[in-house]
Amino acid sequence: MKKTLLAVAAATLMTTAAYAEPVKIGMITTLSTGAGYLGEDVRDGFLLAVKEEDGKLGGTAVEVMVEDDGRKPGNGKQIADRFLKREKAEIITGVIFSNVSPVVAPIALKAGAFYISPNSAPSLFAGKGCHENYFVASWQNDSLHESAGVYANELGYKNAYILAPNYQAGKDSLAGFKRFFKGEIAGETYTKLGQTDYAAEIAKIRAAKPEMVFQFLPGGMGINFMKQYAQAGLKDSIPLVVSAVSMDDKIMGAVKDAAVGVRSTAHWSMHQDNAANAKFVEGFKAAYGRNPTVYASQGYDTAKLIASALKATGGKVKADADAFRAALKKADFDSVRGEFKFSNNNHPINNWLGQVVEKADDGTITNKIVKVVAPNHVDAYTAQCPLK
Amino acid sequence: MTLFLEQILNGLQLGVFLFLIAAGLTLIFGIMGVINLAHGSLFMVGAYAAAVTTAYTGSFWLGLLAALVAAAITGMVMEIVVMRRLYHRDHLDQVLATFGLILFANEATTMAFGRTPLFMDVPGFLNGSVEIIPGVIYPVYRLVILAVGALVALALFLIIAKTRAGMLIRAGSTNRDMVAVLGLDIALMFTLLFGLGAVFAGLAGAMAAPLVSVEVGMGEQQLILAFVVVVIGGIGSVKGALVGALLVGLVDTLGRAFLPDLLRLFFDSATADGVGAGLSSMSIYILMALILVLRPAGLFPMAGQRH
Repeated sequence: MKKTLLAVAAATLMTTAAYAEPVKIGMITTLSTGAGYLGEDVRDGFLLAVKEEDGKLGGTAVEVMVEDDGRKPGNGKQIADRFLKREKAEIITGVIFSNVSPVVAPIALKAGAFYISPNSAPSLFAGKGCHENYFVASWQNDSLHESAGVYANELGYKNAYILAPNYQAGKDSLAGFKRFFKGEIAGETYTKLGQTDYAAEIAKIRAAKPEMVFQFLPGGMGINFMKQYAQAGLKDSIPLVVSAVSMDDKIMGAVKDAAVGVRSTAHWSMHQDNAANAKFVEGFKAAYGRNPTVYASQGYDTAKLIASALKATGGKVKADADAFRAALKKADFDSVRGEFKFSNNNHPINNWLGQVVEKADDGTITNKIVKVVAPNHVDAYTAQCPLK
Repeated sequence: MTLFLEQILNGLQLGVFLFLIAAGLTLIFGIMGVINLAHGSLFMVGAYAAAVTTAYTGSFWLGLLAALVAAAITGMVMEIVVMRRLYHRDHLDQVLATFGLILFANEATTMAFGRTPLFMDVPGFLNGSVEIIPGVIYPVYRLVILAVGALVALALFLIIAKTRAGMLIRAGSTNRDMVAVLGLDIALMFTLLFGLGAVFAGLAGAMAAPLVSVEVGMGEQQLILAFVVVVIGGIGSVKGALVGALLVGLVDTLGRAFLPDLLRLFFDSATADGVGAGLSSMSIYILMALILVLRPAGLFPMAGQRH
């Protein structure tokens, strides 16, 4: 289960930087369980950016250490301790799940390292608990789902049944959806994290007769739910409006026809038209032979964000923490999502896209962009954060 | 009311899966006296064999066949290579050895198929839903699982009650030394029995594969519940495994479905669901504790059970 993938660096960097040890980046991510592909894609997106520069980010040699946390906070803690104390990592990244990040982030911050999240961003670190060395390259957990609430309003739904796993990100998700959804909540259910059979929940949805369903079930949970939902014959009568993580490319590919008609919101799409995205999508397909998911885009953006800061400081991280922090905050890089800027709590301000899954005549299934539903969306906690 | 009926069907269906796993477990535990923690791995082997074979050949039936064969072979190899050495050792050794087998099976599966879960579709002819009584629409595939469970239970009862092999199984569970003294090849019988238990676990895995993601470690979640079933039903009793499995399936599902609503009368919904989820998974163990207080050897204890 624990396999260290020592990636890149070495050979090429020896020729140029004689003086510098590579900057060590510890990536603690989820590579096993039904949600293993989330971490794989974050890792592969991140490493693609490193590969583009032959083992460097922003001209500085880096060593990326990757370990699997198995979605368990205990594993995350152990790996973080090892990365920080023994390996002297200066940057910690990679955490997918919001039951792991509240354990890992404080350890990294206490050690004076920078914590840069490619995915998980619980409310805990967005408001009063924000930290000058804590950055998020993806989104704040709630805002993922707030955008789905906005989209549901636009589509004219008056009541919704909502469900999510019973853990921090699940609670954030339902809170986020409800914050913006103007209709009534027909029912609310928390499931077990990692649950595989949703027959009991689907029966409750059928009985509640809502106009739509919002669910936050990332990874394998979403695939299981989506398949069983279609098998129960509910897909067409009670449509789904979800957030990006509940309808990524992998889920769409796995459930196929059961995904058609599902509406979702995302801060990034494979089909977005900008130079950085074109380069990323093409490069990812060429390197790994599959379509990038939203997680891959986040991994790539995280690496590019780090690259921009390393470039500004000439490779110094802890050695000149103030400069590195200021450079991160500037976010001077071309994000695959287009424009990228941080709010005062170091979480990005995103433009949320509304999407719908469509089936073309030749049978291919794509998640088409409909329109921007929530432009320049600032998360709900930013005002509570004392950072400037 | 219709919701209640639907949830009962869901509970029975979970019961069928548990029965298929617990049936093998209880036979092995009761007759051979071996605690086999790796029984869940046979469930996983069945699911992987079904998913992979169906993906390659496009035939659900071939997938099902592959699952049964793969599980039977894995089970018998497991018995011959590992279990056979453990019959005369104490339970701690058995637990350690079979726990090692779990780790081995999981790592081997990871190496062979990777960490990304596999997915399998419900076979075309079983896709869709039917209205069983007005207002209750239920997926056909889940109904078929219920039917298969009933058939397997019936077949197993007939084998055990009416056939010579069944008689030997019953005799073996009552007094294994006596059966050996009577000149029966007890080693062969154990291997075959182990294979039979493995086939049931493999069948459960194959039937679960289209419903859930096929992933490493999927058997362990089921195994714990299956052990509860065995203890509730009475070690070694197939009838006990059936009744216990249905009880556990119903208690778990109904608890999950209705406890949060009950608790919502007193708490806010996140708390109610959290406590509800906790209580409903606990409810199984409360049930087990109650039954053990009233009937220490389980609901259907075997005659001559050695303790």
